Amino acid sequence: MSHSEVVAQLEDGMTIGIGGWGSRRKPMSLVAEICRSDVKDLTVVTWGGPDLGLLCAYGKVAKAVYAFASMDSIPLEPHFRAARQSGAIETMEVGEGMFVMGLMAAGQRLPFLPTRAGMGSDVMKINPELRTVTSPYDDGETFVAMPPLRCDVGLIHMNRADERGTGQFLGPDMYFDDMIAMASDRCFMSAEKIVPTEALLEEGSIHTLRINRIFIDGVVEAPRGAHFTECPPDYERDEAFQAEYAKTGSDAEAWDRFRSTYLDVGSHEEYLAAVDARSDEGSAT
Amino acid sequence: MSDDTTNGSASPTRADYCAIAVAECFRGDGEIMANAIGNMQAIGGRLARASFEPDLVMTDGVASLAANDIPMGVPDAPKVVEGWMPYRNLFDVVWSGRRHVMMGATQVDRFGNQNIACIGDYAQPKVQLLGVRGAPGNTVNHVTSYWVPKHSNRVFVETVDVVSGVGYDRAAALGEAESRFHEIRRVVSNLGTFDFDTPDHAMRVRSLHPGVTIDEVVEATGFELVIPDDIPESRAPSAEELRLLNEVIDPKNFRGNEVPG
Repeated sequence: MSHSEVVAQLEDGMTIGIGGWGSRRKPMSLVAEICRSDVKDLTVVTWGGPDLGLLCAYGKVAKAVYAFASMDSIPLEPHFRAARQSGAIETMEVGEGMFVMGLMAAGQRLPFLPTRAGMGSDVMKINPELRTVTSPYDDGETFVAMPPLRCDVGLIHMNRADERGTGQFLGPDMYFDDMIAMASDRCFMSAEKIVPTEALLEEGSIHTLRINRIFIDGVVEAPRGAHFTECPPDYERDEAFQAEYAKTGSDAEAWDRFRSTYLDVGSHEEYLAAVDARSDEGSAT
Repeated sequence: MSDDTTNGSASPTRADYCAIAVAECFRGDGEIMANAIGNMQAIGGRLARASFEPDLVMTDGVASLAANDIPMGVPDAPKVVEGWMPYRNLFDVVWSGRRHVMMGATQVDRFGNQNIACIGDYAQPKVQLLGVRGAPGNTVNHVTSYWVPKHSNRVFVETVDVVSGVGYDRAAALGEAESRFHEIRRVVSNLGTFDFDTPDHAMRVRSLHPGVTIDEVVEATGFELVIPDDIPESRAPSAEELRLLNEVIDPKNFRGNEVPG
């Protein structure tokens, strides 16, 4: 599939789940394609990083579902902050453990999963829709009944994939990408490189084949598709670019220059060309 | 090279005391995972393991468990890897209870409720911070401590804006079964150490770092602390601990950047 063919599957008001973690192995080329599209009013379920920030900056987000938003080396996500502080988005902010349970419940088609995470904290206050459940056994302990974080569409980025939808991570951490895929009615996967199925085990051990094609509905080849987030071992985070992005959070003019230079272009290839031109000439903004 | 640095007789800095105080939080923990969210927390945790808590298990900050003492801020330092700990597995450890996390706190109140989510009204915050992150789950599953590099009444507040990490009053209100794994062991700041060893688990002054007066602490705290009659001075680092800090764990002095002077 192409980037635009994936984004053509999205409709206004949909819930989308995004893989990766913070500023790590995010499907950024697909996120940028959403920014270039007319899709709006999305609910975004994410281990938040610049994916969430960019979608906020483009006004695509009606509601964010998250436990945090961070860019790792830069602790706070500037455009997510701006969206929160201007009251532009609805939120469902939960503890990380609750987020895991929500993905798990969605993948298992359950109405909830019990967890201690959240009990006693203000997540119960700021999310009044959350309910508790009491153990039916003699202990009688009460838990948060974490509802499923079911998504219409999941988007993940892998190091390698085959045409049919088997995905392979080669870095140190898989994060929760398989759970995002299982929590989603349909999941689309971008990959640094599409290889023949018989070549997958030349890339990494059997333990790295963690995305099963029964959960994947389309594959996009996207070299540097996670840029500027990290995608080891293929590449590290582009810290200079991330720092440039971070500065645009509180500076409207810088943001306009940033988006017109890098994002409001025709394709992922043109984005990469603009990024590389920057490397040659220094900051475009 | 001066004698002062080679024989370990250089007088310890405030940052050294803080590192020791952080390390002391892990004393007695045994073979559990010590997770340090932040530089001073990592320095103290590594110091504890390199000295009096050798069985602690610690990550390298990414997805590996490192069995050796790796220096802060040296990504290429040789690593003895003793395990794989991607985020998924970290939650298994949290839920097992065999973990002591030391987090930061943008706000903390007298019962140890902590806030890292946002400042102001949640619906439209004045300042959006990280989000509640793992604090709700950490605090009801296993031991949690906090490190505050700059003690002030903007951090030590009467009421936190969003309870991210659960304090003792909230835990007690949950009930016995729900709060049985809750323990806020300690809060360490640049001024002293604080615990909750009081009848109602209100925060108590446990020790003051040398040169700090109780008036200074009271002035910089936005709620009433429990102040014992005799307040000990925070424990001084030993010569060996200073050597470990200066030569092995934190040769680039990240701790001094966090707590100057």
